[in-house]
Amino acid sequence: MPGIFVVATALEGTLGRSALELVGGARALAGALGLEVSAAILGHGERLAGAAGQLHEVGVERVFRCDHPSLTAGQSDAVLAAVDPIVRKAQPDVVLVGADTVGREVAPRLAYRLGAALATEVMSLAVDGKAIVAKRQVYGGRAIATLAITSRPAVITLKPRAFDMPERAAVKGTVENVSVTIDPASLLTHVRELQSERAEVGLDDAEVVVGGGRGVGGPDGFKLLADLAGVLGAAVGSSRPPADEGWVPITWQIGQTGKSIRPNLYIAVGISGAAQHVAGVSGSRTIVAINKDPEAPIFSLAHLGLVGDYRQIVPALIARLREAKGA
Amino acid sequence: MNTIVCLKQVVDPELPQWDFAIEPATKRQVRTGKPLVISTYDENALELALQLKDKAGGKVTALTLGPVGEVKDAVRLALAMGADEAVVVDDTNAPQLLASDKATILAAAIKRVGTFDLVLTGCESADWVERAVAPFLAEALGASCVTFITRAEPNDGMVTVRRTSEEGFHVVEARLPAVLSVTSDESIRPRLPKVKDIMGAMRKPVQNWTRADVAGGSAAGVAGAQGVEVREVAVPQRTTKCEFLDGEPAQQVQALVERLQTLKLI
Repeated sequence: MPGIFVVATALEGTLGRSALELVGGARALAGALGLEVSAAILGHGERLAGAAGQLHEVGVERVFRCDHPSLTAGQSDAVLAAVDPIVRKAQPDVVLVGADTVGREVAPRLAYRLGAALATEVMSLAVDGKAIVAKRQVYGGRAIATLAITSRPAVITLKPRAFDMPERAAVKGTVENVSVTIDPASLLTHVRELQSERAEVGLDDAEVVVGGGRGVGGPDGFKLLADLAGVLGAAVGSSRPPADEGWVPITWQIGQTGKSIRPNLYIAVGISGAAQHVAGVSGSRTIVAINKDPEAPIFSLAHLGLVGDYRQIVPALIARLREAKGA
Repeated sequence: MNTIVCLKQVVDPELPQWDFAIEPATKRQVRTGKPLVISTYDENALELALQLKDKAGGKVTALTLGPVGEVKDAVRLALAMGADEAVVVDDTNAPQLLASDKATILAAAIKRVGTFDLVLTGCESADWVERAVAPFLAEALGASCVTFITRAEPNDGMVTVRRTSEEGFHVVEARLPAVLSVTSDESIRPRLPKVKDIMGAMRKPVQNWTRADVAGGSAAGVAGAQGVEVREVAVPQRTTKCEFLDGEPAQQVQALVERLQTLKLI
């Protein structure tokens, strides 16, 4: 009996960080529920070979591997077509899916087909008796909802970066190759083109992030923030207004709607601190806020606050950091 | 092109924090006396539908589920912006429903509206943020599904959409009929209705249905919400105390760099 089933997509040929975070979530439940963890790797290509070993390394014993030419980046319908029969056969109690571009399309549809309970965008998991207790942000991050999931099967999506990478717990596991029949012509959607706007330092993995808000004033201000990020080896992100205004690519957006980040250091520049944004940064270890308004809500979240004009503070900071580096 | 846009009315998400409260009985945000607006991304969905209609003609139907007394403003705004007609499914319990139950009712209402090429929703609601209504609707209606899109171009039984992804965007071709969830983009900023549009909206048809009118009178639930109980909704207390670094920019920056060095962050 598989118990907890992880949908480990490897649509770019290898397992992403999100897939491993799912294993972290699965292990949080497995012990308390007395269930085993299994996983299905979905993808295509030679590089897939190493993925099962990666899962064994973090304690997943039973691994299904599904290699099909349709299982490539963004192909939600192919993933659904592959996962549906595997899950039906394995009959798990809980299916964990990453709340990423593909996962958020696949998970509700899978839940619908299985007649399963659904909880999405979950940030923590615990067990209380027979119930799975899931917490998630609601109201643009202003509140946290605690959900008790009592029926089975349950499909749960985990918010990327909410769960730690699992600790090493190597097991000697098994791998079963699963063949699925996917007729590309029968799929209702087809990804024609992938466009990447990925910056030099990605927001997902950055240890230091510089974020800009409406107070930055326009695209030129973000050039200054990029200079600061350059000195710090940081990634640049934004709150919602700059992304909405088209000052920065939408992929830079951090918050309830955009990405969640948990860097060691987050420097918020010209960001008022709307709940929508706070939802995505509150896990940062140290938060520095630079804002001209001393009453801005961001200061109730920040550890260190600098009240003033960022156009003066940021260039001074860049110069001081360069000096410190040179020393 | 016949498009049905699902609109949800929520308490204005821009309300200041001190005006935000959870009602213990319903475990939802207090609505009484608060300003209600169309949920952020739902307005982008409506704008996209109207732009498609401006280009290629067709009909736009605004569909909303909620207490009939509360959704009037949303319906009026949608019609003033340019929707041709509106359908309201009256349900006083709607603000408490989770995505799967909402989707069941909406799917039944859509079937009653009739044939469609596109169903558009916001990518997430400003309140419960489940991001699940569009995929549920696609399954219930046997339609294709793409979420978090910003552009759509219908062409010969297909619709080509631009989907926001982690790294950038995907260009996806979806077969019609399709259910698409829409996120914000400068190209679909909601239009402001003119006075004459607001007047004209008064004459546009609005149908009021009850829950019994849709779903063949049965309130049968579907997958999803059974087995999920909202135990608690709590407002987290912030415990951080901000240390302000005062002085001229040079002094502030000096203090900051020293602190970051002590914390071994740089």
